[in-house]
Amino acid sequence: MGKEVSESCVESLLTEIVSSYGTRFYANKPELAARRIEAIGYQDAGYYYGLVLDRYTMERPRFSDHLEAIKFICKDFWSELFKKQIDNLKTNHRGTFVLQDNQFRWLSHMSIDPSPENSGSTQDPSAMAENKAAEAASMHLYFPCGIIRGALSNLGIPCAVSADISNLPACEFLSLSALN
Amino acid sequence: FEETKAQHRPFTSMAPVAPRSGDVIFASVERVNAELFTLTYGAIVRQLITDLEEVEEVNKQLDQMGYNIGIRLIDEFLAKSNVSRCVDFKETAEVIAKVGFKMFLGVTASVTNWDAEGTCCSLILEDNPLVDFVELPDTCQGLYYCNILSGVVRGALEMVSMKTEVTWLRDMLRGDDAFELQVKLLKQVPEEYPYKDDE
Repeated sequence: MGKEVSESCVESLLTEIVSSYGTRFYANKPELAARRIEAIGYQDAGYYYGLVLDRYTMERPRFSDHLEAIKFICKDFWSELFKKQIDNLKTNHRGTFVLQDNQFRWLSHMSIDPSPENSGSTQDPSAMAENKAAEAASMHLYFPCGIIRGALSNLGIPCAVSADISNLPACEFLSLSALN
Repeated sequence: FEETKAQHRPFTSMAPVAPRSGDVIFASVERVNAELFTLTYGAIVRQLITDLEEVEEVNKQLDQMGYNIGIRLIDEFLAKSNVSRCVDFKETAEVIAKVGFKMFLGVTASVTNWDAEGTCCSLILEDNPLVDFVELPDTCQGLYYCNILSGVVRGALEMVSMKTEVTWLRDMLRGDDAFELQVKLLKQVPEEYPYKDDE
């Protein structure tokens, strides 16, 4: 068993990154904030991917195809990060993969506080609060999307990754690659 | 156990329960690979440097982020440690070093260099999970890489009515031989509560 820290350390970092980028650095530019948060995840994956690989293979594995590489992400990589595997993997065999985690750890532990300031809108307050909460939740997902994109990129699969949380607490990560 | 969200009392005692040691608490919480933490933090610092450009600004933001984390982390600390009200600042420092650091970072710090009044001391960290494998490039002169930690300590203490100044005296990433965090007590709110302890 290697060195450990409490999980709340990692979750605090993530919550704070979302908060800092979302409400302080790029307060009115959620797309910019999202890109930065995703970029942090992407970088993180680069380094972490190397470490995870060391545990499972002696050298970089050459996966026979994209599906094998994605399965590595779903099983070994996900277990290292979230202590469980991806619950369900779907593909259209044309470069699109959907990774479903039925109890996504980082969402289920976080209390997602909707932003307190409202910029004078005429929208119904409960709908607005709901929107804010959804926005906050999706901000939290840019980081893991970046991680997945980074890990796949390290495996030679450039792609775009997005998340779908219409069925909380389940979370679906959609990976779209141009190559097959 | 009363939850006082609006106002935090300094280490309210929960009658017959003994305080738990850092080791015991750490063993009881959910833990993750320290590497995930180290690398995530590294990625964050790198991104901040890219986005903010000025090292001083990065230092400031790391401290602010730490503060924001500290004011929330104190809740978990109080809930899990059963620490009763510290008699004095000396006890507070020991609790941070032995219980606080341990239950979150998995490492303890030592407390030294007390001033005569007992209001200023140093926390020495030999093992620091934030910095494993980290080397600062020359372009980062002036960066206090671990500044998030000073913010966390400051924020947490503020929530228990202690206003402090927390600064790095020594930083191994800057060539020193240890991580030394100075904690200076500036002001302590006297122990008068607007609420009764028992209702």
